[in-house]
Amino acid sequence: MDAAVLAVEALGKSFGPVRAVDDLTFEVHPGRVTGFLGPNGSGKTTTLRMLLGLVRPTDGRALVGGRPYGDHPVPGALVGAALEATGFHPGRTGLGHLTAYAPQVGVDRARCREVLELVGLGPAGDRKVGGYSLGMRQRLGLATALLADPPALLLDEPANGLDPEGIVWLRGFLRHLAAEGRTVLVSSHVLAEVQHTVDDVVVIAKGRLVHASSLAELAALAGVSTYVETPDPAGLAALCAQRGWVAAPRDRGTQVDDVDAATVGAAAHAAGLELHQLTTRGADLEDVFLRLTGAAS
Amino acid sequence: MSPTAPTLNRFGVALLAEWRKLTSTALWWVLGVGMAAYLAFMGAVLAFTFAAAPPSPDTPAITGVDAALAVLGTLNAIGYVFPLLVGTLLVTTEVRHRTLTQSLLVEPRRGVLLGAKLVVAAAVGLLYGVLGVVGLLATSAPVLELVGDGIFLTDPAVLRVLGLGILVTGLWAVLGAAFGAVVPNQVAAIVAVLAFTQFVEPIARLGLSAVDSLSGVAAFLPGAAADAVVGASLFGEISGGGGDLLPGWAGALVLLAYAAVLTVVGRWTTFARDVA
Ligand SMILES: Nc1ncnc2c1ncn2[C@@H]1O[C@H](COP(=O)(O)OP(=O)(O)OP(=O)(O)O)[C@@H](O)[C@H]1O
Ligand SMILES: [Mg+2]
Repeated sequence: MDAAVLAVEALGKSFGPVRAVDDLTFEVHPGRVTGFLGPNGSGKTTTLRMLLGLVRPTDGRALVGGRPYGDHPVPGALVGAALEATGFHPGRTGLGHLTAYAPQVGVDRARCREVLELVGLGPAGDRKVGGYSLGMRQRLGLATALLADPPALLLDEPANGLDPEGIVWLRGFLRHLAAEGRTVLVSSHVLAEVQHTVDDVVVIAKGRLVHASSLAELAALAGVSTYVETPDPAGLAALCAQRGWVAAPRDRGTQVDDVDAATVGAAAHAAGLELHQLTTRGADLEDVFLRLTGAAS
Repeated sequence: MSPTAPTLNRFGVALLAEWRKLTSTALWWVLGVGMAAYLAFMGAVLAFTFAAAPPSPDTPAITGVDAALAVLGTLNAIGYVFPLLVGTLLVTTEVRHRTLTQSLLVEPRRGVLLGAKLVVAAAVGLLYGVLGVVGLLATSAPVLELVGDGIFLTDPAVLRVLGLGILVTGLWAVLGAAFGAVVPNQVAAIVAVLAFTQFVEPIARLGLSAVDSLSGVAAFLPGAAADAVVGASLFGEISGGGGDLLPGWAGALVLLAYAAVLTVVGRWTTFARDVA
């Protein structure tokens, strides 16, 4: 399975004056779903293209199983990839598209039918891609990536254009693939989109690494907070000041940072403060994500 | 789960993939049928012209096997834009529809991809040659049999002209694919192919052959080189045999040299770039 470790080492890429990727180092391991996150233009697609030998790095290297992608005997059977802005010939059927690429990953026509079924394109496979919706193209891209049943998958914003049902299916499917021991790397510019799918996160901003850890460690960064509603905001403010808690207005109440609900409740009770709502707010990952990526700019 | 790492014949599977890419859209047969139909039309026109031409004192009538040769020798001169286009599109369509990414994912060795395209271009070009011959014969044979002196299909000279016509059609397709590698923008490539074949080269051939010191150069233009391979030319007939042609083998080498130079340029430009 080691063949499926993806490694990026001091990777850099300049497009003329634009530094798209800069001194980027991280690894992606089998058996886990890794989220590759960053705002628009942060260099995700460029990094994936360098991993796949489509774009030549200016500095450093990007390796698949310890070797450049192109050095593998049948690279398309080792890594399945669905990249942003990959095209389809509008005059080709979905099945025609898959059968055209099948010989070079060593699979037959029957397997092409099989992956069409798998991604929910079964009958549409005989229609021309020119008539496909965005979500159907996204599914055909996924089908292409899955063609050789590869041990590693690289998916660039795979949820774009999928309907809610499709997104739920995709989440389950990616988890299933990882549980089978595959390497799954999924890029996204929205953490919330992959929050329920990924085990690990690699966050980049402006082409540079800002964070790499398990999702749990990222969540720990967010800490806890307690949401309180009271008819006596002044009393609550006084209480927070007295205890040295950081409080800020939020929605129709107040958010108290880094304190759990039990502590706030006990203190309010002791102070005779009337509360209408008292809830522990889970880690707001999106906040952390914005903080991490915002700090880089 | 990890696939029993199939050891593939990489060039073999690349050829199969290219063939499937070509034949999974309508373009190849539309152009092929177009070529056959166009040549059928021109074959009828030419056959009538030669067979029914009133004898005149200054231009001796073309009769017998010469009429058959004159008609069948036009395969290249009339039809060459079709193989040139199909070859060009074999490359440019991948850029236009952004399928180059997927093609390079399954075959990162870019030389293999380009090489497979050149070979498949040759194959489809030869096929177009056969289609063109079928088109030409479909109309000119009955006309020459009925109105003229016959089609002489078993005459070695006639067979030779047909065979060389098919061969040179294959070469045009290879040249087209190589050109597509140099000019990957599909619209630009098509405009360039049409402009060159319909205006630039004919004018250049007339112009160059009019200047004594340059008349030798005209023979090295691709159209003239192709005419040399077949040994007959509509252009030659019209301008009264104007312009010297190279020997047939040299014409073929000149075409191959064009294809080789374009291939090398394409390999180190279009096929060396980042695909982003
Ligand atoms: N071929 C190219 N030529 C010039 N600049 C490029 C090229 N490709 C990417 N860039 C630049 O590199 C930077 C990173 O782009 P990239 O597409 O990798 O971002 P991304 O993280 O995938 O963004 P998104 O979330 O919008 O898909 C951007 O500033 C982009 O403009
Ligand atoms: Mg992107």
